[in-house]
Amino acid sequence: MSTFDTVIRLVYLAAAALFVVGLHLMNSPVTARRGNLLSAAGMTAAIVATLAVLVEGGAVNPTAWLVVIAGTAVGAVAGLVAARRVRMTAMPELVSLFNAAGGGAAALVAVHDFLHAAESPGAHVSIPLALDVLIGAVTFSGSLIASGKLHGVVPGQPIVFPGARVITLLLAAVMAVTTVLIAIDTGGLAALIVLSVAALAFGVTMVLPIGGADMPVVISLLNAFTGTAVAMAGFVIGNTVLITAGALVGASGAILTKLMADAMNRSIGNIMLGGFGTGDSAAVAAGAGGGQVRSVSADDAAIQLAYASKVVIVPGYGLAAAQAQHQVQELASLLEARGVEVSYAIHPVAGRMPGHMNVLLAEANVPYSQLKEMEEINPEFPQVDVALVIGANDVTNPAARRPGTAISGMPILDVDKAKSVIVVKRSMGHGYAGIDNELYTAPKTGMYFADAKKALSEMTAAVKLLVG
Amino acid sequence: MSSEFVTDLTIFVLSLLVGFEVISKVPTTLHTPLMSAANSIHGIVLAGTLLIAATASDLVGYVIAFVACVFAAMNVVGGYVVTDRMLEMFKPPAARAAAVKGASDGSAEVTR
Repeated sequence: MSTFDTVIRLVYLAAAALFVVGLHLMNSPVTARRGNLLSAAGMTAAIVATLAVLVEGGAVNPTAWLVVIAGTAVGAVAGLVAARRVRMTAMPELVSLFNAAGGGAAALVAVHDFLHAAESPGAHVSIPLALDVLIGAVTFSGSLIASGKLHGVVPGQPIVFPGARVITLLLAAVMAVTTVLIAIDTGGLAALIVLSVAALAFGVTMVLPIGGADMPVVISLLNAFTGTAVAMAGFVIGNTVLITAGALVGASGAILTKLMADAMNRSIGNIMLGGFGTGDSAAVAAGAGGGQVRSVSADDAAIQLAYASKVVIVPGYGLAAAQAQHQVQELASLLEARGVEVSYAIHPVAGRMPGHMNVLLAEANVPYSQLKEMEEINPEFPQVDVALVIGANDVTNPAARRPGTAISGMPILDVDKAKSVIVVKRSMGHGYAGIDNELYTAPKTGMYFADAKKALSEMTAAVKLLVG
Repeated sequence: MSSEFVTDLTIFVLSLLVGFEVISKVPTTLHTPLMSAANSIHGIVLAGTLLIAATASDLVGYVIAFVACVFAAMNVVGGYVVTDRMLEMFKPPAARAAAVKGASDGSAEVTR
């Protein structure tokens, strides 16, 4: 090994170590940002080292350099602009989009290698090559659909059409056959094309039947897939840093996916096989359909809130979608100034993704100490005067405590145990589970039908007027 | 089976095991940023796309390499920037750290 090679290898090793340390520092909010910067430093080193390899090799023709520079510049600028401009509420779908890009790039590495391999490469290349194309293509189309579902381009509801399962199974069979053909180095270009098309289609049919509420878990899973695809690409081109970083992401992504699914009390298999609402349609109709709904005005709500001693705010998807995090913070600090004890009950999957609500509220300068996790806040609800539910639905539905409903067994916030409840919601529409929320028809619940941002501004104005 | 492949396989398996262990006890709060951070790390595929782009010599190769470089660069640059933006939110503004009851939490975060 020449000195140059040794240096490159050592830089790759350092980069891999920085990735590991960086990820480890992400375990705590205190060190997380430093962790990300370390990881970015490792990435920069690895990329610079790779460019050095290209220069040192000297065999790169001018057109190829143009392709490298132009492609990287276009991608970098697009990524930078998107990441800078994106609203906090839209971050999950952007991550999914970046994930699609990574999966696509990994698959293209294998495709390129396949087209340019001079002679038969041997099983130690052809097997990872087939897997790279397979996983990368599934991730690419699957992540695009997941992103589209969160963005509203693709309907969030589970999409099931007649024969969908059969098509998915057929695609899986086609993928299995072509993967084996490529792995044993027969079938040639035709097999590669069929595999790519089948895998792209499979990514679509895999994610379409899954409801929008489960997208976080799906995106995390696809993220782990991309990591694995990148590791496979590393085998194909014989690059250790790709193998290390890819395997690292594959494994940690798998663990993270499991943690997310656990927080929703669901199994990954259950989610992937089509979740809420697709099962028993009779259960949907059998909710508390006959209950009376009581609606409240901004003034009623203001009186309740202003004269309460303990208020718990339950933010949900509706708050994230309406981007009302600043309005809720304004109302909360107004109440606090009156001596009302205010805290926030954060369900593990509130918002669009686990932890997403914390990010949104932190952006609006809500102090950390006021954010209470589910286990911490649930015993306190009987002492709570007013629970203010903002755009949260299924995570507050008491039906989850009974067996036989679509959300049975899902951990919920015990909002129904508070002395009174105000629910801000645009309509009586269903959550992702597609069932009625018994909380909304409970006698102590007042419904405030409005967009979260508008409702909170009106309530804040009413409280100000009331207390002068 | 070449010795290089066995070395690669060793690295792969050990990296998997490290990945399983490295984030075992992460709080729910950090799930989204962590996923985003992992997402940016697989942007390392940019190194791979650079290497294949360098070997491209015909139109199909150039097109594939160009698209791959665009994708990978987007993944890596966007990934790190968006993760940093998420994590930035967790840093309490100095004003709030100095203020009232958040002071104990805030200062602890700053000094640690």
